[in-house]
Amino acid sequence: MTLIKVKDFYKIYQMGLTEVRALNGVTMEIQENEYLAIMGQSGSGKSTLMNLIGCLDTPTSGDYYLDGVNVALMSDDELAMIRNKQIGFVFQTFNLLPKSSALRNVELPLIYSGIYSKEERMKMALIAIEKVGLGDRMHHKPNELSGGQRQRVAIARALVNNPAIILADEPTGNLDSKTGVEIMSLFDELHKIGHTIILVTHEDEIAKHAHRTIHLVDGKISKDENIK
Amino acid sequence: MKQIVQSIRDAFSMAIEAIQDNRLRSILTLFGMIVGVFAIIAVMTAIRTLETSINSGLNIFGSNVIYIQKSPAIQMGDHASRRKYWRRPNITYDMGEELKSRMVSAEWVSIGDDRGGIVVKAGKYKTNPNVVVSGVDEFGLEVSNGSLSAGRNIIHEDVAYGRRVVLIGKTVLNKVFPYSDPIDKKILINGISYRVVGIIEPKGELFGNDQDNVVIIPITSYLQYFSHSHTSLGISVKAPSAEDFDAVKEEASDQMRIVRALQPNEENNFEMITNDSLIETFGAFTAGIKMFAFAVSIIALIVAGIGIMNIMLVSVTERIKEIGIRKAIGATRNNILFQFLLEAVFLSLLGGIIGVILGVLAGNGISLIMTVKPVVPMDWVFIGLGVCSAIGVIFGIYPAYKAASLDPIESLRFE
Repeated sequence: MTLIKVKDFYKIYQMGLTEVRALNGVTMEIQENEYLAIMGQSGSGKSTLMNLIGCLDTPTSGDYYLDGVNVALMSDDELAMIRNKQIGFVFQTFNLLPKSSALRNVELPLIYSGIYSKEERMKMALIAIEKVGLGDRMHHKPNELSGGQRQRVAIARALVNNPAIILADEPTGNLDSKTGVEIMSLFDELHKIGHTIILVTHEDEIAKHAHRTIHLVDGKISKDENIK
Repeated sequence: MKQIVQSIRDAFSMAIEAIQDNRLRSILTLFGMIVGVFAIIAVMTAIRTLETSINSGLNIFGSNVIYIQKSPAIQMGDHASRRKYWRRPNITYDMGEELKSRMVSAEWVSIGDDRGGIVVKAGKYKTNPNVVVSGVDEFGLEVSNGSLSAGRNIIHEDVAYGRRVVLIGKTVLNKVFPYSDPIDKKILINGISYRVVGIIEPKGELFGNDQDNVVIIPITSYLQYFSHSHTSLGISVKAPSAEDFDAVKEEASDQMRIVRALQPNEENNFEMITNDSLIETFGAFTAGIKMFAFAVSIIALIVAGIGIMNIMLVSVTERIKEIGIRKAIGATRNNILFQFLLEAVFLSLLGGIIGVILGVLAGNGISLIMTVKPVVPMDWVFIGLGVCSAIGVIFGIYPAYKAASLDPIESLRFE
């Protein structure tokens, strides 16, 4: 089943007098439970594409159907709801709240989804944090955790609301290679149990975990191939 | 409903977390609010204490008594206006007698005066030169709302014959007759010999003054030994009942004008004082202080509000990344707005509560000195806390709006 349908995506920035076309007509489809890597050099437009797919931004023109709904026309607050319910972000720099415990970080999206019962939220956060294998460290703050553990907390936060898509932007970029392999095998597992995963990376090693790769050059798709 | 309560609780706990994370900065901000609220609550509590002590039981005059004297009880104003009162002719004993004979509606009319700085001696015992001697007639005790605990009152014959008899107050009694019954004993008042006939029931303190450090003698004897050229007497007029009070007061005013030989176009050159007018005068006096304290507090609170805005703006700048993260995982504009607004309100309200507590404590310090019951001015407590919340909202809205309007992508990139 088609989960994401992107049609004629343009993102154009006006930098003084020059016009920068970060995305110059991108059209693609992503199926449910796909394991996809978006690749490209810096400046290729892959970050812009990720922001648009992640509903952090809206395109200058084009349509974006997420689960059959056109989100390109949505307001800021509607996009916030989509991010909360449908998308789980995993960032290169983890982006955890530094002064809150791991459990609290994982609980946070649930607060914004309007789950008002604290017990309910705790139950869901616990399930997510157990899933990434950090049950014994859930009361630690991010600075008391290793890089790999921090990224596991971030993945648990991305999972907690059971989103349709997990969107990971260079998820191993700040980790050593051994920890990177561990994190990638976690994504492999999440894919196996049914999540749709989109990786954004410039590393071939990471992209190899995906089943399909899309290469971007100058804001256009240059190559779209199934590798498994 | 339950959801609203829960979401407020969530926002509230986030606000507390944020304040704990920035403890020093929060405490510094609190100081401004504390000072502002402290100022107004302390002053209002102190004034309320005074008002309570005036209004509750400590009536200076007996009931339904109108007191006539040359100058106002509490004099405010400049030198010139005080000279106006001072230049009025004195009220003499003859004027008092004349008023007494003219009044028809009064139950009685009484003439009296007092002066301080008197020494009382009995045998080897002697008081400090701070006793008040009061010259009265047979109604004098009633005028001052007093009564006897032993012996007899001053009677008409004492006044008529200028007898040297005296009623003594508890403080004087303890000083000069520590071990013996004073009735019919001799005492010396500024060297003049008097016979003790009665003991006055103790009244306690008023505004820190010992009301029992007195001796009371017949007015005729007082005029003979204790008056001087400036002496202006006080005349008390008693109305038979509360219903007659206003009528009696009017008659007293009319008759007094005749006694003072005033033309119809001249204003009164005497003052009429009642318990109510005293409370009123005091009220006018405290209203000024209240206004001033209120103005000072408002200024302090506005300054504190600007401080809160400053802190919140810094806080927003420091937490751009945090705001970006929250937005990425689904916080709406309103979520962020509410969070920062609640933080500002919580800060100012916390400062307000501390200010109220300190203010009530400080304001009641005066009640300890004056030995009256402590009070909590609840109306001002609520006004103070209300103003604090309003200031939190007014000065918190702009930083909160700024936070809510941040772009999630740029905020996430912010280092």
